[in-house]
Amino acid sequence: MTENTGSKLDSFQKKKNKEEMQQQLISFALMIVFTILAFVVVITGMDKMIAIPILITLAVVQVGFQFYYFMHMKHEGHEMAAVMIYGGVWAALLTLAGLTVITWW
Amino acid sequence: MSHDHSLNPETMPHDPEKATLEGKNKFIGFWFFLGGETVLFASLFGTYLALHNSTAGGPSGQDLFGLELVFVMTVLLLTSSLTSVYAIYHMKNNDFKKMALWFVITIILGFGFVGCEIYEFTHYITEYGFSFRSSAFGSAFYALLGFHGGHVTFGLFWAIVLLIRNAKRGLNLYNAPKFYIWSLYWHFIDVVWVFIFTVVYLMGKVG
Repeated sequence: MTENTGSKLDSFQKKKNKEEMQQQLISFALMIVFTILAFVVVITGMDKMIAIPILITLAVVQVGFQFYYFMHMKHEGHEMAAVMIYGGVWAALLTLAGLTVITWW
Repeated sequence: MSHDHSLNPETMPHDPEKATLEGKNKFIGFWFFLGGETVLFASLFGTYLALHNSTAGGPSGQDLFGLELVFVMTVLLLTSSLTSVYAIYHMKNNDFKKMALWFVITIILGFGFVGCEIYEFTHYITEYGFSFRSSAFGSAFYALLGFHGGHVTFGLFWAIVLLIRNAKRGLNLYNAPKFYIWSLYWHFIDVVWVFIFTVVYLMGKVG
């Protein structure tokens, strides 16, 4: 069954899937580059006031690629998914703010 | 029953994972779960940030962490994230065999990651005597890393069970959401790891 189904699939849809795959490959390459950049920042021994914001920015960008390309959040019909995950991110930021404020202040 | 029909070119919907009500519900429910997981990991990260300097005279992150192993682990998990994207690509093209093959590759990479993590923990315990009970830093470190490693291990067994259970069924509208949801879980695990290698290892080395 699996042998002959692939060829008869809607060719427009197949092409769309292929285009998406290419975008995902580009995001993967960029994520590898960002990872290497982050390690380079640490190895060069940059000042921590500069290094930490750079590291966090690189992490946030990578997570954006994961959410929007790998987890398909850029597709239609992800409004509820976005509400759920950003709701979680919001509560997560409050948690982090609370825990850091009580220890550093 | 209509939801159990195998997919064929005439009935293949564009998004098989969301073609049934059950699939749609799983999709929304799983994103809700991931929102909750975000908060769970945030509280572990917050605890780690609060306690990572409380080493009680024991080894600190700067003494312990080796960036080479962390880099290998990052690449393993990031690559496994890509291979699960390949699996879903083949699912959308209705090719069960190729999907299963990429799932197996993902699982192998995942086991590579868990192996590195077990090696890392054994190294810390045997060489440095750094355990869960060493210091507040130790407790926070192993709690955060252990929760993540536990998620990876759980995900691996989940994927194996999915593959065995559906080996003879092929793809249908009943199991397509199950595979898709697993891939979301796996990407989320990589999201958490991105923050672990940034906050724990890299920022730990920076100071």
